[in-house]
Amino acid sequence: MALTNEHIKQRLIEKFDTQVSSFEEPYGMLTFEAPKDMNLKVLNFLYDDAELKFRFMTDLTAVHYPDQPGRELAVVYHLHNLEDNIRIRFKVFTDSNKPDVYTATALFSAANWMERETYDFYGVNFVGHPNLKRILNVDEMDYFPLRKQYPLEDQSRVDKDDEMFGRGGAIGFGTEKTDHGTITELEKGDVGEEIV
Amino acid sequence: MSEQHIKLPEGSIEKTTTTLNLGPTHPATHGVMQNILELDGERIVSAEQTIGYIHRAFEKIAERRNLYQITPLTDRLNYCSSPINNMGWHLTCEKLLGVKTPKRVDYLRVIIMELARISDHLICNSIVGVDSGAYTGFLYVMQYRELIYEIYEEICGSRLTTNIGRIGGFERNFNDIAFTKIQKFLDEYPRVLKEFENLFTRNRIFMERTIGAGAISAERALNYGFTGPNLRAAGVDYDVRIHSPYSSYEDFQFEIPVGTTGDCYDRFLVRNQEMWQSLSIVEQAFRKVQEFKGAEAEVYHADVPEYYLPEKKDVYTKMEALIWHFKIIMGEIDMPAGEVYNSVEGANGELGFYLISDGGRAPYRLHFRRPCFIYYQAYEELTKGAMLSDAIIVMSSLNLIAGEMDA
Repeated sequence: MALTNEHIKQRLIEKFDTQVSSFEEPYGMLTFEAPKDMNLKVLNFLYDDAELKFRFMTDLTAVHYPDQPGRELAVVYHLHNLEDNIRIRFKVFTDSNKPDVYTATALFSAANWMERETYDFYGVNFVGHPNLKRILNVDEMDYFPLRKQYPLEDQSRVDKDDEMFGRGGAIGFGTEKTDHGTITELEKGDVGEEIV
Repeated sequence: MSEQHIKLPEGSIEKTTTTLNLGPTHPATHGVMQNILELDGERIVSAEQTIGYIHRAFEKIAERRNLYQITPLTDRLNYCSSPINNMGWHLTCEKLLGVKTPKRVDYLRVIIMELARISDHLICNSIVGVDSGAYTGFLYVMQYRELIYEIYEEICGSRLTTNIGRIGGFERNFNDIAFTKIQKFLDEYPRVLKEFENLFTRNRIFMERTIGAGAISAERALNYGFTGPNLRAAGVDYDVRIHSPYSSYEDFQFEIPVGTTGDCYDRFLVRNQEMWQSLSIVEQAFRKVQEFKGAEAEVYHADVPEYYLPEKKDVYTKMEALIWHFKIIMGEIDMPAGEVYNSVEGANGELGFYLISDGGRAPYRLHFRRPCFIYYQAYEELTKGAMLSDAIIVMSSLNLIAGEMDA
């Protein structure tokens, strides 16, 4: 077990100088980022280097940060060196208006569907991907649902007449709307009554 | 809207190959997924998978839920072994919150997780049997899966989607019936498993159907991100329980069975061997649990009032418990900000949880690393050039669970 977070960090800095940055170790896992056009160079180096040998892609996903202009989307790679049993996390940030990131499918066959999933939910355009289309959602969908601008259904909405799920119906659920949501008839009746 | 979802190749009327839709509701797919096979006679030329039929947007829903409300979502990933998913989620939360669980809780969790692994492998292996024409094994082992479900029922009240345990431990201590049933399982199951093996392992029909079908090399398996029994069948001894032990797995003695060729037969053998190992782990854990004496034998959760729902009778009688109950239910407690990846050895591979918290009440981002989803993409490579009947058996021996694939 010669490989430590500190050593990996040194090797990366030796190779890429200031282009790799933001080194952190949340809960013990070395995390860093690189410019998005460097992602394949970094992944290749991590894969090929005789010492580092990060040859197992555990996970690939994205995160949306709408408050960071120009760096809204983060593509996150989790890599694993199975021989020394050490994991790292590598991020590239991209603009959500032009979310082009090079594909890692040439290096990891596993990346194929994971990139399709990331495209499906975040719209990251993986340049060079052999078959970049939606995987879990329907092909006709015209937005990327996990981005933060698409909220979940408003829980206080009243326009649905759906007795089966407790909205609307005979006992008048969801009839009066206030600033804080909906007061149901049932709750109004309870106010002031003694709790047994 | 495009006119049709399934696009036939150009000039498909004149073509010499046959297009066959396997799924999404074909009985042999054992789940809602579709394979569009291109067949030349009975040989598979290409296979294209369509998934997502039961996608439920768990990752999005989780962004509005408190930690404890996400546990029922994890039930519905690999529903053949929900307790492992539940525990994996609790362990992830505990890692984020810095909760240390008592040893007894760890051992109780190990018992449940290994029972879940047995029930999952049992279904997978007996389904491989069904798909190769041997129904007997499947019916025979079903009563022992039933016994495992009864054990869950004693502990948490439900059977399939268990929602078992809480952050920090269990909602209640194991009762005597649960222990009796675990003991019964330990006594009876070895004989059953032996008999199950007798039915299949050296069965000539079974061997001829599975040996060489859907083989994959260790190198390709790693490149495809295989984990769990499928990777071990290809000869790589990677197991999360050993490589990054959680829930005190380091206290147990067990082996990691590996195969050599990565074909259906090896996958079957690896799963069978794992059941023996799991059985031995349950036995060890059971003994360790019995060793606790006095007050220690009553411990079933860690002391984390901010996240562990107090017992109902305390809520009605004690002010403090009432306050914590209120705060937890109303979502008054902000979790620490942080970024954590935690994984457990699920029944069909490394089940990972990537959780980002920005300090709010619900996760900022939660991503599930679902082993099924990742290794199903190798299906075309596994079946190319094989016969149609192999395609079916490869599918069942990979242990594809639609719920996990689609999240």
